Amino acid sequence: MPRFIAARLGKMALILVGIVILNFALIHAAPGDPASVMAGEAGDADAAFLQQLRERFGLDKPLPIQLLTYLANVLRLDFGYSYRQGMPVIDLITDRLPATLLLSGSAFLISLVLGVAAGALAASRQGKVSDSVISTLALLFYATPLFWLALMAVLLFSVQLGWFPGFGYESVGSGYSGLGRAADILHHLVLPALTLGLFFMAVYARMTRASVLEVSRLDFVRTARAKGLRPRAVLVRHILRNAILPVVTLAGLQAGQLVGGAVLIETVFAWPGIGRLMFEALEQRDYNLLLGIFVVSAAMVLAFNLITDILYRLVDPRIGAAA
Amino acid sequence: MSNILRSLLTISVLAGPAAAQAQPVPGGRANLIVQPEPPSLMLGLVTNAPTQLVAGQIYEGLLRYDDKLKPLPSLAKSWEISPDGLRYTFHLNQGVSWHDGKPFTAGDVLFSVNEFLMKTQPRHRNTMTRVAGVAAPDDHTVVFTLKEPFEPFIRSFAFWVMPMVPKHIYEGTDYASNPANDRPIGTGPFKFESWRKGSAIHLVKNESYYLAGKPYLQDIYYQVIPDGASRAVAYETGKVDVLPGGSVENFDVPRLTALKNTCVSQKGQEFDSPLSWLWLNNRKPPMNDVRFRQAVMYAMDRQFALDVLWNGIGKVATGPIAGTTPFYKSVQPQYPHDPKKAKALLAEMHYDGKPLKLLPLPYGETWQRWAEAVKQNLGEVGIPVEIQATDVAGWNQRVSQWDYDMAFTFLFQNGDPALGVERNYISSQISKGNPWNNVEGYSNPTVDALFAKAALATPAEKRQDLYDAVQTAVQADVPVAWLLDLRFPVIYRCNVQDLITTANGLNDSLRDTWIKR
Repeated sequence: MPRFIAARLGKMALILVGIVILNFALIHAAPGDPASVMAGEAGDADAAFLQQLRERFGLDKPLPIQLLTYLANVLRLDFGYSYRQGMPVIDLITDRLPATLLLSGSAFLISLVLGVAAGALAASRQGKVSDSVISTLALLFYATPLFWLALMAVLLFSVQLGWFPGFGYESVGSGYSGLGRAADILHHLVLPALTLGLFFMAVYARMTRASVLEVSRLDFVRTARAKGLRPRAVLVRHILRNAILPVVTLAGLQAGQLVGGAVLIETVFAWPGIGRLMFEALEQRDYNLLLGIFVVSAAMVLAFNLITDILYRLVDPRIGAAA
Repeated sequence: MSNILRSLLTISVLAGPAAAQAQPVPGGRANLIVQPEPPSLMLGLVTNAPTQLVAGQIYEGLLRYDDKLKPLPSLAKSWEISPDGLRYTFHLNQGVSWHDGKPFTAGDVLFSVNEFLMKTQPRHRNTMTRVAGVAAPDDHTVVFTLKEPFEPFIRSFAFWVMPMVPKHIYEGTDYASNPANDRPIGTGPFKFESWRKGSAIHLVKNESYYLAGKPYLQDIYYQVIPDGASRAVAYETGKVDVLPGGSVENFDVPRLTALKNTCVSQKGQEFDSPLSWLWLNNRKPPMNDVRFRQAVMYAMDRQFALDVLWNGIGKVATGPIAGTTPFYKSVQPQYPHDPKKAKALLAEMHYDGKPLKLLPLPYGETWQRWAEAVKQNLGEVGIPVEIQATDVAGWNQRVSQWDYDMAFTFLFQNGDPALGVERNYISSQISKGNPWNNVEGYSNPTVDALFAKAALATPAEKRQDLYDAVQTAVQADVPVAWLLDLRFPVIYRCNVQDLITTANGLNDSLRDTWIKR
């Protein structure tokens, strides 16, 4: 196992460098630059002003030089300055990261727990009403665009019923602290986390149901039943453990999106997370900030891929032995 | 005493406190939207719209302006202009201090005008080309001496064109990286308190403001909500009391303004006087033919766009000067919606029907729909149009590199035709890389000469005659296709009083604002 992990870490470093180069090229292929956007917002500029901005950002140098400088800096874990916000990129990212991790982490847990439970329930009651209800809902959530669900959730639970706040991370200027603040944040978290979790919840439910049904036809399940185990024990200990592998694969994918996957939800719910930061950086051509977020989220994806592979080996020891 | 008299007395006693409500009461909090989130609140470095909205409460200029653009006192309590129009003397308010307690003096004015803003603000550099020198005879007097009379000069002292910055904090430092930029220090009615990036900016009352009793509000919160629909919800659910112009999509405006206790104002945009038009690339056929450009004007149903896309708020533009800018006059020729005339002009010039590319402004749904309306209007007279989508950076790039056939835009007029209009029409302003100058490539020596004379003429009546002639000449040539004088309505709860008291609206009015209880 340690050798496997070491080899994977080496590959990951190379991939990360490749990602930086690719992203750098893509970003610079988009028309316009941060200087023109910033000047554009001011509604007025002269050539001297634009030149001044470009010099300050180092955008007057040839592209390959800019790329090399950037790579050298990233290797020293220096992500540079955000042109627009005039702050170190790493500060901006660490400032926004907790909010995003809270949101997508909760959504991840909600979708995994509820999705697998619903899928297993549907499979064990195949053909019954509860199966049809779960399957239909799963299909519906799977097919509905997230932003639309989000807006409808706000209209219903926030505007009509007034149960949950429709936007924001906490009540502005409320003066809460300690537990009161935590409760306030939790209250704000409900709608975005549920909405964000719905899609993957549906995916997990469908996948678990199919996988459980498939496994429950296998011989060892018949054996377990034959030796008189209760149906619940058969389901949880024998079927689920074997049916969970595809879910682990997908959960790994979802976990990789923890950082960058919530752009829409963060926008609709005004959640001060990293997805929004990324989207704004893209619009403003804030190259350093955008690249910084890309590097962090790419590292996140790679890390979760590795964790998924390790989990595979733990869940199903045959995989490690074969490789 | 008869019963009638007694009941009358009772009524007048009851009416007493109610009438007193018209007197401003201190206290309370105002919740506004700021969209998009400003990059910085240091008004000397950044002057974009969201920065102005917030930082206009923190920093001040020497003057404010009323809705006719007449100067009002701000940091300067009074001023004189010498009869020859060359000497502008400003008398500063006494007892003004910066938010850190240090006194504000004429030395700060000299530093701001001669050093700080010269390095950071292109608009200010431009103003100063007219100035021979600035002097401070004493701590509370500043004298600007001009090279030649320049009537619009008195309208160059607004909070964002010439904001006063503290000398004791910035002198001898690198302005852009000064740590004070994160906690801006001004002289304004409100002080910076905190900024949770991505959520909200909090300002608090400046208890030692130099105007007795002002400001009235205790706190101002500017909330950052990136989605337009969510901003509308924030108002509906009572989390926000004031939606500054442009914070919700136009199609949400009728629904929101119909809500209980909701008022709407179109005021406070006279200084900017945003005017929208289509850039027509005069260098390329068929746009290089004046008949084609006139045909575009006749083809467009601008009243329809005003009524349907802008809820009737604003006005159909008559020419290069917006209706609320000084020296505006409605002169001939005008171009009402007349597809027949458009077709006749196109036939006369043997227009070949080659499809043209139209760039909408990437500012949301209204502009997208407007582009579709224009496309349909032009299609009706036989001009096929293809709409090309871009984002803000792409739009800037395409327009400033002259890579377009037709493109939507709107620009501010900055309080005077010499400051915000001539830049779009005179030959010397043809220069690549800038989307706000003479991007269309129009060049007419008569117009150049008229604009040059009008800028320097005194008194104002002489300027009026020259600008009448300019408007007539430019409107005949149609270098760009004028659309609408835009107004972005401010939507707010009716108990918020005196919300807009200047030509810059919410940007520098909140010192007068109070909440009726």
